[in-house]
Amino acid sequence: MHISLAAEKIIEVGPIAITNTMLVTWIVMVILAIIAFSVGGNLKLIPGKFQNIIEYILEYILDMIESVTQDREKAKQFFPIVATFFLFIITSNWIGLIPGFETIGKFIVNHEGKEVLAPFFRPPASDLNTTLALAIISIVTVQIYGVKSLGAGYFKKFLNFKGPIDFFVGLIEIISEFAKIISFSFRLFGNVFAGGVLLLVVTFLVPYIASVPFYGMELFVGFVQALVFAMLTTVFLQMATVSHDEH
Amino acid sequence: MDAEGMKLLATALAIGIGGLAPALAIGMLASKAMEAIGRNPEAASKVQGAMILGMAFAEAIAIYALVIALIIKFVA
Repeated sequence: MHISLAAEKIIEVGPIAITNTMLVTWIVMVILAIIAFSVGGNLKLIPGKFQNIIEYILEYILDMIESVTQDREKAKQFFPIVATFFLFIITSNWIGLIPGFETIGKFIVNHEGKEVLAPFFRPPASDLNTTLALAIISIVTVQIYGVKSLGAGYFKKFLNFKGPIDFFVGLIEIISEFAKIISFSFRLFGNVFAGGVLLLVVTFLVPYIASVPFYGMELFVGFVQALVFAMLTTVFLQMATVSHDEH
Repeated sequence: MDAEGMKLLATALAIGIGGLAPALAIGMLASKAMEAIGRNPEAASKVQGAMILGMAFAEAIAIYALVIALIIKFVA
């Protein structure tokens, strides 16, 4: 039984190595794109069944954003990025539960000289690179939306020269932005990677039977982590676009 | 005690002690949420939403501890 923290490289095209999580990220993108274009390309005023389901999901996300922003127009502004985070993360978490993930692969010799299995498919969020990228995109988007709605005055939150205490509060705000990146990425990475390790260990302990309730837990955890990522992004967006003059 | 033994001990302690505070935090969150729902059953869905969000924050700390335990066991 071998657990590798880093994603394994399965294809090497010259100097570029493609890891298994990168491959699954592309598969998730293709799935989401196919759904989007097949529904969005034939929008009918009276929706068919599939369009109805997609509309229900998207309206649920929009209502969730509106419960934070209290403003429908603002919710529609935040909707694209937040819904993309939610749909991408939930699809990539749930696709990792399909049988064959982390089991079908080829044998390679790893850096310690042992022969281990390098799986062809691995959930994208179990790679710290993917989650770090998502976290950085989220926090940078929050800054951009802040500048877009407050202008250059947005940075008064960080560089506050009204007094010594306010200056230190501004410094702590800067540090907390970086802490948000770390916290976002490690929360998603830890949940998905630890879920995979848990399933592997439990399957080795009591094969076939004990892993069934843990599969149910993984479904739930995948949904909750996508929800938490999207909700936290919404909350940070809301905090960044509201001016702080009422103190 | 040799290095392998220390590594196993460190792994166990990291996740064992690191899971204490988040467990307490999640318990307190849930208990306050139950109280709030009991007082005001109509606000149940709002309280539930906020509770799930708060629990995700608290659980993140336990996840950090788990990641360190995994790194100690399988990488270092």
